[in-house]
This record gives sequence, C-alpha cells and structure tokens, in this order.
Amino acid sequence: MAVINRGFSGRGRQDTALPPGQYLTEDFPVLSAGPTPRVDTDKWQFSIVTDIGRRHEWSWSQLHMLPSEEFTVDLHCVTKWSKLGTGWRGVALDTLFANVESAADYALVHSYGGYTTNLPVADLLDGQAWIAYEYAGEPLEPEHGGPARLLVPHLYLWKSAKWVRAIELTHDDQPGFWETAGYHNYGDPWREQRYWGD
Amino acid sequence: MARAAVLGRLIWQAATVAAVRRESPSAVTLVMDVPEWPAHAAGQHVDVKLTAEDGYSAQRSYSIASAPADGRLEITVQRVEDGEVSPYLVDVAQPGDQIELRGPIGGYFVWSPSAERGAPVLLVGGGSGVVPLMSMVRARAEGGSRIPFRLLYSVRTPQDALYADELRQRVRDDRGLDVAWAYTRTAPDGWPGVVGRIDGARLVSDGWPASLEPDVFVCGPTGFVETVADLLVDAGHEPHRIRTERFGPTGG
Repeated sequence: MAVINRGFSGRGRQDTALPPGQYLTEDFPVLSAGPTPRVDTDKWQFSIVTDIGRRHEWSWSQLHMLPSEEFTVDLHCVTKWSKLGTGWRGVALDTLFANVESAADYALVHSYGGYTTNLPVADLLDGQAWIAYEYAGEPLEPEHGGPARLLVPHLYLWKSAKWVRAIELTHDDQPGFWETAGYHNYGDPWREQRYWGD
Repeated sequence: MARAAVLGRLIWQAATVAAVRRESPSAVTLVMDVPEWPAHAAGQHVDVKLTAEDGYSAQRSYSIASAPADGRLEITVQRVEDGEVSPYLVDVAQPGDQIELRGPIGGYFVWSPSAERGAPVLLVGGGSGVVPLMSMVRARAEGGSRIPFRLLYSVRTPQDALYADELRQRVRDDRGLDVAWAYTRTAPDGWPGVVGRIDGARLVSDGWPASLEPDVFVCGPTGFVETVADLLVDAGHEPHRIRTERFGPTGG
C-alpha cells in the first residue's frame, strides 16, 4: 500500500546515510517525560548493583578519577531526529564493569527523577556505552541529562538514560518507562524498532 | 493513573482527509477517516508519513486534537517555516487526499475520564502545545467528567491562538472548565492583564495549589516547558505529577 503524496517533494536525500524514517537536525532537541531533575554533584552517586545484590558505587570525584574517553557519536531519537558527530567525554562502561562479577544478561537503568530503561548487558560493553559528563567540551547541562547520563548511541536515544543513577543487573528482562508505554523493548534505529511489534 | 494500553503492532494505514479546518494563519486541523482506527487516549500522537513520487519519504509525529473516537481522528498542524512535512500538510493537503499514518502512540502523556483518581487537572500549553491538551478538554466533555480542569494557554498574539472560539464556548458550556490566556507579545484590545510570559504568579492565580495534588500536563516548546515545569516544582508540586511533552525548534 504505497500512498504517493502528489506535490510533496521533501528535502532530505542527503548524502549521509540515516536510519530509516529519520531526518537530520543541527539542533539538540530535548525529550523528557517530566520536570528536569537538579542533581547536586556533591551528593551524586552512581552504582552498579549485581543480581546477587553486590553494590559497586562511585561518587562524582571517584568517577572523575577513572580514565575517561573523548568520543564522537551519532544520536538517533525515536521522535525522528538524528544528530550526527556529537562530541562527548565520559567513562566507558567497560571500565566501570571491570570488577563487576555477574552472569546477569539484562540491565535496568535507573535515573534521578525515577526514569527507567532496560537493555541487554551485552549492549553496554565492548566500547558501546559510556557514562558521559561533558558535551561539546562543556559540563553536560541538566536538560540534556547532566550532571551525567548514560550514552548507548547504537540504540534509540531514550535508552541513553539522562540523570543516570544506577544500573541494576537482572536475569529477567524488565521493561522500563517507555518500554512499558508502547515503545520497543530493544530499540535498534537501523531496524526502525520504534514501537511494540516493530 | 493507569497507563493507556498500546497493544499489538502499529501498522501504517491510509487515512483519507475528510475535511481541512483553518485554525490560524499558520495552522490547520486535518480531519482524517481511518478505517481501522482504534479509539486513542487523549494526549496521544500519530506518526504521519509523506511519500514523494520518486519514493522518498519523510515521517513526523503530530498530536491528536480530537476526543477519542473509532475510525476518525483530527490532528492540528502548525507550519514550521523551514519544515519538510508541515508546510505540505498546512498548505497543500485537501479533502479526499490520502495520507499514511500509524498510531496511536504514547502511553504516558495521556488523560482519560475513566482512569482518573479524581484530582483536579491543570493544563499548561504554549503555542501549538495546546493540541494534546485540547484533546483532553474534549475527552472530558464527551465523557461527562466533572473533574475540575484549568487550562492556561500562552500564545504570542490573539491571532496565533488555536481553538479560541471553541474554548470560549466551552467555558460557558463545560461545567468545571476554566481557561486563562497569556499573551507574550500582543494582547487583545481591552485585555486587563499583563502582557508577558507565564510566571509563578500566573501559575498561582490560574492553576491549582500544590496541596490539592493536581495532575499537571505541560506541552510546548522546550524552553517554555522547562520554565513552567521548574516553576511548578518550586511551588511544591510533586515532579511525578507533572507530565511534560516538549518539541524542539526543528519539528516539522
């Protein structure tokens, strides 16, 4: 069933390959379900909690003592915009998981403010994910998830939890906030996994 | 509030434009007949896809403006000046045209007369951010709900206001609905209020006290939503009772 909209020409067709259904933006739009939480870095903590309840914890200064990486990635939001070549600084999840012993297959990510999202642990490792605290050379602003957010750029951006607080490792896959509200459980932009059943 | 169920796969469907209503110089409402449309929840949106003759296609999301109904929905589209999809929907689409869409989408920024806990509702809209809020106002009337509703609607000028006549009529006819206007640039002649952005004082005079624990829905451009949501938190509203939907400058 292909409907052709006569008189519609569109302006896309850029040389850059984008995932299906996405368009390019130079802005950095904000998508959040509620007010922006304000998290004081003096009280900020990030933890990884294993399936047997073992807690690995970092304060703001402890996070900054870990080796950080500068990385440039493309962002794809389920609301259709893509932003290419964004520059960040943060700590790779591989570094944070170095001393974490767990056989759990799934992660439920928790944010300050109560947001949650889920993904397989494998998608957090092998250089695919970071806890990011600088964007474009500046401290990450609260509306974009500061002081620190998860970044998993190979999945739709709602998986990159803003204001990240903890990663809980589980044997069962537990759908998070948007995953419960009609959005795809995995969210691969290149397979256009936006909503349930995609 | 229970989350609206969005079950099964969301397939693309060919909707037929049944009518086009001009809402402002830069916005229209498209009334769409969709054979397989399940009634949505007020506040949800649809994805719209336009396809050019060479097969190129573009998708955007639009909030649903109408109350839940089977087989029919209305979207109100504001033209984004350098936009790709909205200029076609606002200036080119005509009754009888077919347009592909899928939905309804989104199970959080929703309100339903049957799923409420009885708390009053505050709606705060900026510009075309009023569209999903209008769906809630209409759903409340159609559902015969007596939940007290207050809508605080910010526009640049009176000409930019969407649904102005209908809202004036509803204030007369829908018991328990209040509508307050904010004009950020130009107010109508004889406007007794101050011209300017919504501030903490307006949220006090035209909203609900935090002690009533109202359900709050805020929709508009990012800066508007950030400001209003921060003011509400400062005024003591629980963050988890403030639901927001933001659109950036790039919409489209």
